[in-house]
Formats: sequence, C-alpha cells, structure tokens
Amino acid sequence: MSAHVLDLAPIWAAILGVGVFLYVLLDGFDLGVGILYGFAPDRQSRNLMMNSIAPVWDGNETWLVLGGVALLAAFPLAFAIILPAVYFPMILMLLALVFRGVSFEFRFRDSEHRTFWDHAFCWGSALGAFAQGVVLGAFIQGFAVEGRHFAGRSFDVFTPFSLLTGVALMFGYALLGAGWLILKTEGPLQDMARRLGRIAFFGVLVAVVAVSLWTPFLHPAIGERWFSWPNIAWLSPVPILTAVAATAEWRALNDRSEIAPFLSAIALFVLSYLGLAISLFPMIVPYKYTIWQAASSEATQAFLLVGVLVLLPVILLYTAWSYWVFRGKVQANIGYH
Amino acid sequence: MHFDPLFLSRLQFAWVVAWHFLLPAFTVGLASFIAFMEGLSFFTGRAVYLRISIFWTKIFAVSFGMGVVSGITMPFQFGTNWSRFSDDVGDIVSPLLGYEGLTAFFLEAAFLGVLLFGRKLVPRWAHFFAALMVALGTLASTFWILAVNSWMQTPAGFDFVDGRFQPRDWLEIIFNPSFPYRLAHVVTAIYITTGFVVAGVASFWLLRRRFYEEARTTLSMTLWLLSVLVPLQAAIGDQHGLDTLKYQPAKLAGIEAIWDGGRRLPWVLFAIPDDAAAKNLYEVSIPVVGSLILTHDVDGEVRGLKSFPPEDRPPVAVPFFGFRIMLACWGVMMLTVVLSWWLRMRRKLFDADWYHRLCMVVAPAGFVAVIAGWATTEVGRQPWTVYGLMRTADSVSPSLTAADVTLSLVAYSVVYVLMFAAGIAMMVRIFERGPIAADHADFIEGGRPQGPVEALSRGGEG
Repeated sequence: MSAHVLDLAPIWAAILGVGVFLYVLLDGFDLGVGILYGFAPDRQSRNLMMNSIAPVWDGNETWLVLGGVALLAAFPLAFAIILPAVYFPMILMLLALVFRGVSFEFRFRDSEHRTFWDHAFCWGSALGAFAQGVVLGAFIQGFAVEGRHFAGRSFDVFTPFSLLTGVALMFGYALLGAGWLILKTEGPLQDMARRLGRIAFFGVLVAVVAVSLWTPFLHPAIGERWFSWPNIAWLSPVPILTAVAATAEWRALNDRSEIAPFLSAIALFVLSYLGLAISLFPMIVPYKYTIWQAASSEATQAFLLVGVLVLLPVILLYTAWSYWVFRGKVQANIGYH
Repeated sequence: MHFDPLFLSRLQFAWVVAWHFLLPAFTVGLASFIAFMEGLSFFTGRAVYLRISIFWTKIFAVSFGMGVVSGITMPFQFGTNWSRFSDDVGDIVSPLLGYEGLTAFFLEAAFLGVLLFGRKLVPRWAHFFAALMVALGTLASTFWILAVNSWMQTPAGFDFVDGRFQPRDWLEIIFNPSFPYRLAHVVTAIYITTGFVVAGVASFWLLRRRFYEEARTTLSMTLWLLSVLVPLQAAIGDQHGLDTLKYQPAKLAGIEAIWDGGRRLPWVLFAIPDDAAAKNLYEVSIPVVGSLILTHDVDGEVRGLKSFPPEDRPPVAVPFFGFRIMLACWGVMMLTVVLSWWLRMRRKLFDADWYHRLCMVVAPAGFVAVIAGWATTEVGRQPWTVYGLMRTADSVSPSLTAADVTLSLVAYSVVYVLMFAAGIAMMVRIFERGPIAADHADFIEGGRPQGPVEALSRGGEG
C-alpha cells in the first residue's frame, strides 16, 4: 500500500483486545453457569440454569471465532506460532465446547440419556474453561520460537503456572456464572448461586494474588514494567481498584443486591485483564514479537477494519436486542424443557 | 501413504471438515425453507405452514447446534495443524473469514435465539424477520467460505512479498475465477440436499398415513423446487467443469483419469487408475464423448496427466471415483424428479406408495453427492493447498509429531462419532414423532406476558 497514513497495528491490538475480552466475559458467564450446573440439587434447577443461557450461548461463543480469526487477520505470525504451541489445550477446549454446545438440545431431546448430557454439559464447560486458562498461562509464559515457527514440543504448554491459570479461570468463570444466575433467578436457586459465588470468589482471590505475585518473576521485563519508578505510581490504581472491586463483590454476594455481584465480577475481570495487558504490551508473541513485527499487510488490516467499523456497531445493536427479548427472570413452569 | 504429521493432519482436517460440511449442506437449505414457511404462515395465516415450520425448526435446532460446534473447530485447525499455511496465506484468506464472522455468524446466532425460543416473546413480524435473518446469515457464510475455498483453488489478485502472499486487489481475490461457479454449484447442491430430505420425510409420513396435510404440502412444494434445481445443477456443473479445465488442468485430468492428452478423447466410464504406472487398468470408455463433455467440441483438446511432472499430479482414484459417485447421485435424483412429473400428470403423487418408498431411499443422496463432490475438488487440488503455488507438504505445522496428531485425531474421531450418532438418532426420532407431537414447550419464558402468537401456536397443535 502507498503512504503510511495511520498505524493500524495498535488499532487492531485494541480491537482484538476488546473482542477477546467480550468473549471472556460473555462465554465466561455461560461457561460459568455450566460449571455451577454440576452443583444444582435437582432437575428443576438444572432446567432453569440451562434456560437462562440457552438463547444466548451461541452468540457468546461467536466471539471466540471472531477472536481467533481477528488474530489470524491482524497478526498472522502470532496465530502461526501460538496455535501449534497450545495444540493440546486448544483441542481439549474445542472438544469440550462440542460436548457442551450439543448438550443444550440433546439433553432436551434425548431423555433416556439425560444424565449423560448433564455431565457432558458440566464437564464440557469446566474443561473448556480450564483449557482456556492453560492457553492464557502459556501465553504469559512465552513460547520457544525459531524464526517464524514454534520450536518447542506440543506438551511444553503444561507447566505449573499454566495449570494454575487453568484452575484460576475455572473459578473466575464460576464467579461470573454465579453473578448471572443471581441476576436471572430467584428463591432457593438464587441462594445457591450466592453460596457457590462466595466459594468461587475465594478461589478467584487466591488465584489473582498468586498470579499477580508469580507473573513479575516470569520475565524481568514484566517486573521492570510494574516496579520501576515512576510506573509503580502510575500503575498503582490497578491493584488498588482490584482490591476495591473484590471488596464490593464480597459485600454484594452477602447482601440482597441482584445485579451488583455480576457487575463487580465484571470489574474484577476488567482489572485482571488490564493488568495482563500492561504486563505484556506491545508483545503479541510474548518476549519475541511485537504487534508491529507480527502485523499483516496494511491492505489486510485496512480491509477488515472497514468491515469491523461498519458491522460491529450493528452486531452489538441486534445482539443487545436479542438479550433484551429474553430479559427478566427465567421461569420454570413453561420452558424449554 | 506414510503416517507422518502431514498425512495425519490431512486426515484430521478431512475428518472434521467432512462431518462439518454435512451440517451446513442441510441447515443452509433448511434455514431458507423455514423462513419461507414462516413467510407463508405470516402472509396467508394458514395453520399448516406454521406446523410445518415449527416441526422443521426442531430439526434445525439439533443440526444447527452441531454445525456451530463442529464449525468453531475449523478456523483453529488452520493454526494448530497448518501454521505455515496460516503464516503465508493469512493476509489474504483471513479477512474473508473475518467478514464471514461479521456478516454471518453473529447474525445467525443472535436471531437463532429468537427463532427457537422467542415465538411468544416478540411480535409475529419480528419472529418472521428473525427467520429471514438466520437464513440470510447462513447464505452469507456460504458466500465467504466458498470465496476462501475458491481462492485456494484458483488464486488471484495477490503479490508475492518475501515468499508470503500479499493482497493486491480484494475484488479479484473474492471473485476469483472459480468462485462464481463454485458458489452457484454448492448453493444449488445444498438446496437440493435439503429438498430431498424434506421430500423423504414427507413421503415417510404419507406411507405411515399420518400428517396428511403437512406431508402433501411439503412433498409437492419441494418436488416443484427440485424440478427446477436438479436439471439446473447439471448446467451449472458443466460450466464449473469448463472453468476447471481452464484454470486447473491437472485436476481435471485427474477427475477424468486422462493420462495421455489429445483430441477426440474417450470418456472413461470406469477404470482402476494406477498412479505409479501412469495408466488405467480395466478401463471402460466411450469414444470421443470425453472431448465433447469436457470442451463441448468433439475435436477439443484436453491435457493429460503425463504432461505434468509426477510431483505435481493429484492422486487420481479419489477425484475419479468421487466425481462418478456424484454423477450417479445426480442421475438417481433426476430420475426421482422425472417420475414426480409423470405421477403429477396422472394425479397420483400422493397415493403411489412405491414412489414414497423411493423418495425415502433417495433422501440421503444429496449428502452422498456433496461429500463425493467435496472429495473430488479437494483431493483434485493436491498436492497443493494454494493451487500451483503452495504445497500441502509446506503448509503443515513444523512442531507436530506423528504421536501428537494421532492423539488429537483419535480424540476428534471419538467425539464426532458420538455426537453424530446421537444427533442423527435424535433427528430420526423427531421425524417419527412428526409435527403433531410438536411443541407445547419449545419456548423460553422471559419475565414477560405471553405474546399474541401463543393462541395460534397452541391452536395449531390439534
């Protein structure tokens, strides 16, 4: 392309960042509902839990496809290095999502094997969340790279750190899921969501602290970024606000508020995500390639950017409408099942 | 055939894409059919259309869910197993996949929720609109994914910069030489596939002497549609073939098992192609017809496989037999359509049990044809991922070992067999139950008063 008018790489990094975050948030709460599903006491509660996400899970999962394709489009080098490096957690995630995705219909239609599909839904959600956490951990740790290829072995991805982030994300999604259920249900089921939410909250708390302490030691650049002067002053709001959000979440889970637990959980996710972005920016293949080095051609980035700018607002609009159609508490008596 | 990461990755890709393809081959057509029925119901107010739509929406829900989860797998395959392809070609194909997500997937997903669960929650026109948007989304998806596939077959509009493909002209990339033909061919194939399934189910009900009104309406309607599409497909396929002759001569020679090119070539009806010896065994062929079919001229010239270096030739058996299986399916479908004309003239379309049995047998023919055609075109493209420019062997992820891919292939195999077996069993059960047992309960209740359609949908259940 001709003259260099606009630096598209950071714009794409922002789009990708927002897209992946929307995925984490949206599929996060419905994977979380899937994880909590395993603790539901009876079929009635399971029906309600599943109904609360049945109309929206497909749209939520679409952000995963968009995230993957946006990474390929904007930073193909990163896609080509990272995906082979996370081969097994990626396949685990995809197959877990297969089980979980078909369970919605299959559980309803195939009453002889309902227990099997109940398990498929719960374990599919849990393993999908775990695998995504492993991918995240591996990403933070960085990969063995030679030239334009991943040069390690396919099992390198499983490390103590990535297993920790795997478990951490399960707790995180469970917390989001609990927030969603508190919003969408009432009575004993809502009480259960609060109780499980409190357990998930402790898991999240431990995980956030552990990952925050561990990450700066993974790579000197990260420690440098957070603890050097004046960064430490500029960045101090992140941990402080995280503590505020955590306090708010704990109080919300313990009083009668119906929307605050979900919102506070979102705030916790925003802050943790921001923390990771601060640690890693502008690396897209951590410690090896920046967003500029891994960028696709300007023509590629520009062509898809037009589509994103025009279509994404429309998508957000009708997605919001589809959520609005199914607003309010989910009911049991006349339902999907 | 060496069980190395390359071969195993190809096997894995073929496995996941073949199963996946069966679903859109059905759901894209079904989405249009449902939108059409919703439209008829909306404008005429006749209850039978609503019952038909509600029934097929249940089938759609099962198959579309399977299509979504098996489809999410696909773009990630590019990264996990074909990383060098992703790196070299990503600049060109990925925006097209991106547009598929933006124009199709979100549209389908958002309106699917309303289509499946929102009948009571939104006004009737909004529900009809949702059905239209889902149908539109499935067609948009078909458009983009076939643009990508066609570009790999007949690449255009790019430059080479440092050994990587860089875009030069997006219109040339999207509307590459084989795209219009492939799009027309595949969309028609999808509608035909769906049409025969719908006709088969209607015939099944007629044989059981049940759901007479629904069965008659759908059987008649789909057979009219098929009366147009099945003959049309022959013409489209013929044009597609001419395009292949021009842009992918080695593939065409493979499909027809032509080793020595020339003029006035015979058409090979049957043979056992021997790649190593570069000849056909047990060949049965019709003189001169080959040139006539392939070039529309008895003196037309066709290049043979021997004019290509051995390392640039596709393996012949799969495209050769794949193409013939597809043709045979077309023949059976055409015969079914012609018989329907004859029965209609004698006013016996709804009474001829033998014909309804035939329709049930032919119901899966579209799927067989679609898979055979897919195998023909994809194996025919070998040994390239980007025809003539990038070899499949140079596309695979370098870090994978045979053990890695064996493990993932086994996992995919087990999960897909389980999912498809369960899904198909479920759909058969829905077919058997028919439209009456339909639903009291296919709606999700939000916190809203019941919408105006409720009375209608209840009333329709008899």
